[in-house]
Amino acid sequence: MSPEIHIPVRIEGETATIFAGDYINKLSGERIERECQRQINAGCKTLIVNFSETELVNSIGVSILLGVIDVAANAGAKIVFSDINENTIELFDTLGLTNHVEVLPN
Amino acid sequence: MLENQQKLIHTFGALADLGQEVAHKQNFQEMIRTSLHLVLGSLAIMRGGVARYSRFGHELNMLVMRGLGDNFPLSLSLCYEDERQFLANGLAPIEVKHAQVLPFVQIYDRSFESKKIELVIPLIIRDELVGVIFLGEKATGEPFTGYDKDIICAMARHIGVGIAQRNLMAELERRAEENRHLYEDLRTTYKDTVKAFAAAIDCKDKYTEGHSERVGKYTEIIAGELGWDNDHVEGAAIAGYLHDVGKLVVDRNIINSPTRITASENAQLSKHPTVGYEILLPIHHPYADVPLAAKYHHERLDGRGYPDGLHDREIPFIAKIVNLADSFDAMTTDRPYKRRRKSEEVIEDMHRNSGKQFAPELVTAFCRAMLKELTNERKEKRFRKILGKDYLEADKIVPLLKNVLNARNATSPLTFVAAE
Ligand SMILES: [Fe+2]
Repeated sequence: MSPEIHIPVRIEGETATIFAGDYINKLSGERIERECQRQINAGCKTLIVNFSETELVNSIGVSILLGVIDVAANAGAKIVFSDINENTIELFDTLGLTNHVEVLPN
Repeated sequence: MLENQQKLIHTFGALADLGQEVAHKQNFQEMIRTSLHLVLGSLAIMRGGVARYSRFGHELNMLVMRGLGDNFPLSLSLCYEDERQFLANGLAPIEVKHAQVLPFVQIYDRSFESKKIELVIPLIIRDELVGVIFLGEKATGEPFTGYDKDIICAMARHIGVGIAQRNLMAELERRAEENRHLYEDLRTTYKDTVKAFAAAIDCKDKYTEGHSERVGKYTEIIAGELGWDNDHVEGAAIAGYLHDVGKLVVDRNIINSPTRITASENAQLSKHPTVGYEILLPIHHPYADVPLAAKYHHERLDGRGYPDGLHDREIPFIAKIVNLADSFDAMTTDRPYKRRRKSEEVIEDMHRNSGKQFAPELVTAFCRAMLKELTNERKEKRFRKILGKDYLEADKIVPLLKNVLNARNATSPLTFVAAE
């Protein structure tokens, strides 16, 4: 069993900001998807994934972000990526993730 | 040829991670879950799943899915034609839109369409279908390139090997389990045979009915009290059950003689240990000492036993145990020429003959086992079941047993051989 991890979330009105941190790159990052689902169920209309603490995103991280996109799309919620470093933006562009989300400039 | 360097690094990172994952993960489910993440994440594929093929059920059972929702089938039936085509295709992505000839694609077309499944990759490992990977569309919305397919193939091979390994392990476990059952069956058969033999031996002797079985049980008690493991205790019990097997060839009239037998009759009776040994030796026993127990169960520590007049250390340990069990039963059951002795006398006899006929450490073990039962330290009443509930009177026996145990603990050497 993966250890319990605490996923930092900041809620302002109908917007929830979730900090991707480093755990997005591990299997335990699946908790982020569940957290997003929880926020949407609680009435959140916009999900912001904040990458300020994320150095790089690996394949597991990309897969988990696709899960987050899926969760938001199914609920008709808006999804925003913020505080992404240059390299990661480039990667997300190439992989097509940016087709599905709004990216806030740094 | 390649989109850009960063994508390359990203994809190869996933491939390397997947190799590690398959090689080192102990938990199969977690390995498959991580593998699917790596495949989807390496090329940003929106959704997908990994299924394991069951050859017996001819079905694909989903191991893990992402983004396929609740309506995607958890189990997909395959027919012979599907399997044949998968094997002919080998481990390579099949585009669903070009695979309408596959019966299973026709059956599950709706599920595939609603979840935009674009690729189906049969996991063929060593010419065997072990599973299938389903992949949806890419996040870019572009079709899969040849390069993408190569990457997918390499990753699919890792996952296929992981599943094949798991199947092999499961098969090995199943066979080991089957072996264990077979072995258990054999053991049961062996024990039943032993008991049938013991009953046949005892049949010859109407006065000592049940003797072999009782000796088996006393032997078991002593071995257990010595702290032997279950297998050895069982072996000891079997040696006890079979110790008198040689009596099968002794004349019934000698065994059943109501009076003391003559010298020549005695000579015939005295052969039963050696005869027993010869009977038991060719049989492949799970326990090595069974024939020796038969041969030497009438030997005494002081060398006055038979057939070989062995002394203490020359006598196999198991034979010493059986000797004590045998003598205890002889003293505590009615014989043609005398009634059974009182329990107090029997304890005193064992004590007196400890170091002469009996190995002292065995007398101690036997008395300790009896004491535990009489003082309720041990709940199971094994002696009482054999001897009847009134034979051992606790108030008389307990002090005697304590006396035996104290005497041994205080001064005696482990084994004492009395001078002639
Ligand atoms: Fe005997």
